[in-house]
Amino acid sequence: MRHHLLLAIGPARFRIGSAWRGPIDALRRLYAAYPQSSQDDAVADFTVRLEPAGIGRRWWRPSVRIAGDHHLPDAVPMALRHGLLAAEMGMNLQMALGWRRHLLIHASSVEKDGKVLVMAGESGSGKSTLAALLGERGWRLMGDEFALLDFATGAIHPFPRLVSLKNQAIDVMRREVDDAARFGPLMAATPKGDIAHLIPAAEAVSRMSEAAPPALLLFPRYGHAPDIRAVGEGEAFMHLTQASTNYVACGEAAFTALHRFVTTVPSIALDFSSGDEADRMIGRLWREYAG
Amino acid sequence: MTQAERLYYRDDPDEMLLRPLDGLTLIYHRPSGITHIVDSPVPEILAALSHEPLPARLLLESLSADYDLEGEGEALDNLAAHLEELCALGLARAR
Repeated sequence: MRHHLLLAIGPARFRIGSAWRGPIDALRRLYAAYPQSSQDDAVADFTVRLEPAGIGRRWWRPSVRIAGDHHLPDAVPMALRHGLLAAEMGMNLQMALGWRRHLLIHASSVEKDGKVLVMAGESGSGKSTLAALLGERGWRLMGDEFALLDFATGAIHPFPRLVSLKNQAIDVMRREVDDAARFGPLMAATPKGDIAHLIPAAEAVSRMSEAAPPALLLFPRYGHAPDIRAVGEGEAFMHLTQASTNYVACGEAAFTALHRFVTTVPSIALDFSSGDEADRMIGRLWREYAG
Repeated sequence: MTQAERLYYRDDPDEMLLRPLDGLTLIYHRPSGITHIVDSPVPEILAALSHEPLPARLLLESLSADYDLEGEGEALDNLAAHLEELCALGLARAR
């Protein structure tokens, strides 16, 4: 395609092509610290293409269709001003539908003391914001969207893409990160609400090939009075199979890896009403279970 | 054929991977790739099944030798219902 970029995030390499310059320039800036290439012959795991949604749509009310190795046929085209979000969604989609080298769990993860805290939950549970917050408070951000569980070793591999901040989380992180250059443009009223991307802290990127063993699994739930409750292995297993996009595709290896995960890693449900409160609760849990 | 005459069996003991999980049992069924989470008495029934086709009545005798089962008539009905469910899931076979 006319504009393109090869980008490595954790173990995955993406070739992103676009009919427009804007989304590629935005990616080049926000992913400046990540390995990049514009070489045509560089090898990628996945291709993402941002195409005009119809004839003439490249110039007239330009709309972006996300295409690539894997795609959802019913996906609605997005406005070009949301092209950066379309590129990020396209990369997520390729991972969710095509990645087979690890068990892919829809969860955020952070690392401290060589051990990983994994946070799983529905959209809106606060797992991404908590990971972003902890990533500025002494933890290494490993990923805000996908945790990659190694079939052989049981370790979690980082996938530290840009943190996708939604709605109130944008202001929460603007108060936390005193560096406007680490934020992408505010994209208002997207299909997912207001979105702004945050570049992870330098350590998250420089150590993005370093895996570590999981020590604690949390199921956070934002908007509730503070509470913690132990989650049984069966319940954790069920939640994680639902939170994995490739559990079925990866077969017996996924079964064995996930069984090992839930029987060796304690699981806790954590209700919280603010980031500071969750930070304190997680600190106590971490000392108890991973200290 | 009546249900009492149906014979239940398992094709290959290696077609399932069973793992304990917090009082429950996880089953990975290799031919289908489906994971099941089951509670007692399903693992015990699966353990009692072999490649030799047997009626529910004889399977109940075998299970009774190892487990304390109350009310023979009710136990047989319950076992037959479980066996039919296992057949429907592809975890057991009948003829």
